[in-house]
Amino acid sequence: MGTEAELVIQMESIHKTYTMGDVEVHALRGISLQVRKGEFVAIMGASGSGKSTMMNILGCLDNPTKGTYFLDGEDVSALSKDDRSDIRNRKIGFIFQGFNLLSRTSARENVELPMLYAGIDTNERLKRTSEALASVGLAGRENNHPNQLSGGQQQRVAIARSLVNQPAIILADEPTGNLDSRTSIEVMEIFQKLNREKGITLIVVTHEPDIARFAGRVVLFKDGRIKKDYPVIDQLDATNELKSLPEISDDDDLIEIEDIDGTDALT
Amino acid sequence: MNILMIIRIAFLALARNKARAALTMLGVIIGVAAVIAMVSIGQGAQASVNEQIASIGTNLLFVTAGAANTGGVRSGTADLGRRTLTVDDVNAIKVEVPTVALVSPIVSSRAQIVFGNANWNTSVQGVSDQFQAIRLWKVQDGAFISDSDVQTEARVIVLGQTVANNLFMGTEPVGQTVRVMNLPFRVIGVMASKGQDAQGRDQDDITFAPYTTVQKKLLAITYIQSAYVSAVSADATYSAQSQIASLLRQRHKLAPNEDDDFFVRNQADIAATADATNSIMTLLLGSIAGVSLLVGGIGIMNIMLVSVTERTREIGIRMAIGARSSAIRTQFLIEAIVLSLCGGAIGIVLGILISILIPKILGWATLISSTAIIGSVIFSVAVGVFFGYYPARKAANLDPIDALRYE
Repeated sequence: MGTEAELVIQMESIHKTYTMGDVEVHALRGISLQVRKGEFVAIMGASGSGKSTMMNILGCLDNPTKGTYFLDGEDVSALSKDDRSDIRNRKIGFIFQGFNLLSRTSARENVELPMLYAGIDTNERLKRTSEALASVGLAGRENNHPNQLSGGQQQRVAIARSLVNQPAIILADEPTGNLDSRTSIEVMEIFQKLNREKGITLIVVTHEPDIARFAGRVVLFKDGRIKKDYPVIDQLDATNELKSLPEISDDDDLIEIEDIDGTDALT
Repeated sequence: MNILMIIRIAFLALARNKARAALTMLGVIIGVAAVIAMVSIGQGAQASVNEQIASIGTNLLFVTAGAANTGGVRSGTADLGRRTLTVDDVNAIKVEVPTVALVSPIVSSRAQIVFGNANWNTSVQGVSDQFQAIRLWKVQDGAFISDSDVQTEARVIVLGQTVANNLFMGTEPVGQTVRVMNLPFRVIGVMASKGQDAQGRDQDDITFAPYTTVQKKLLAITYIQSAYVSAVSADATYSAQSQIASLLRQRHKLAPNEDDDFFVRNQADIAATADATNSIMTLLLGSIAGVSLLVGGIGIMNIMLVSVTERTREIGIRMAIGARSSAIRTQFLIEAIVLSLCGGAIGIVLGILISILIPKILGWATLISSTAIIGSVIFSVAVGVFFGYYPARKAANLDPIDALRYE
């Protein structure tokens, strides 16, 4: 029982088959995967390897064609649409490549949204929203709309949103795909912090090996099967990586502008 | 899932796009305002016609000589040439029918009335002293014809406003002498103005003289053309009507198989006819406005449908973070209802405002109808539910994976 409780994800020979016209597409061909509580897993693979389908099934957006899937001790292999909605609301936090925040809606209201669907009362909602935004370093930005935030900040709002219902796992689908390398590492820093300090189970789908190196374990997909599943020995620490990065900060730009001004003044 | 939360979500979603919400509401605003304004114009017209009819007297009965069957040719119009009605008939009605309060024989003639070098062609109505009380018509100046004027066949005349204005042009008519068919008549009074009747005829272009005088000195006849009768109350008009009819049949010695040689009409029938006409007009105006309300509703459906497509990604996000299909459906339905209800509320204010302004600008009477207000509120909610349901269902049936991938 003790070891079972440790397993957040327990998949047994999961198959997913799509029918496109007359052709049957086997997206997943017997996936068995176990993820323990507090793990930080990177799912990697080329496009078409089945990692997106895996993401949909892991996230209870879709049911597998065959196989069993236990999420946090609950059998979620064959749920109805409504039951899957409830499971997603309670057990899963989503982070997407395109941030997927509601436009024209403040950061606070975006973060509040999962709690509205969970029916959490106003005071608790406000408390959790402030805590979540503070934990991703966005305190004071509560009233900004997505178009008033940078890409990195928007992704941090999305992380805050994924946290508020205290899910069993957080699923991030290419979370750094739309971000520059420095901001990507900043996001990974938040992930590492959440994973280490709060013991949150994280699954990141990515095709970038550099990003996967921040995780503790890599699961490599190929042709709908798990090709490799190995622990990351030389796990990178995002905080250290950020320190070692050259400062591509505003200061450099300023110096250049001053130089131009100087030459202008001379001529 | 808490309905209050969904209502909150729906309001937040509407607030995200205020311009679209306002434009969507516009259709319902115009529709509801049009229904209220049109119905209030219709009902205003109806009320003013009813008021005019009531001012003639609702307990009024009108007896005319004539038959519906003249030598086999049947018609409903009175044959005024028939000489079947007499003063004795009228007196008998007064004496023998208990539900009758007042009577006045009517003999009418058209005549040229001359005063000095002014002259005016008008109707000279021979009436009794009771006429004024039957028609509820006040004398503005001087006095009306008295019973002794009738008894003595006095050559006295009471002028309507139009006649007085045309003959005397501002000078005092009472006490002056006018000539009617070359006979001198003393003007004893001027009637108060009654204005136009429901058909637009000038009711003040008229003069009154004792019926005895008109019978003998102007027309040289012994019969009368018609009579005004007033019943003791409005409720008694129908019983008075049938009692008068049976009395006249008896007096005229009509066999049971013979048609009446007279008509008894009552004001309530005339009022009912006018009322029916105006009801049709109100209904017509209201339904034309109702069509615009329907168009407004279709506008809501149109915007909601476009909005479901435009907001596919939003719906995907909501579903991914745990919104059930029913929550999405309820949200879109509530958005549609809120739009139509708010549109309805603004439309009511606008409609009432228009109904208040129309009498001031166009001079038409309006009567704001609570039925129209309640009806249009119910209708606008129904529009919201009906036209909101299809887009809401469409949104709820989206697949979260497809919706999230939608660009």
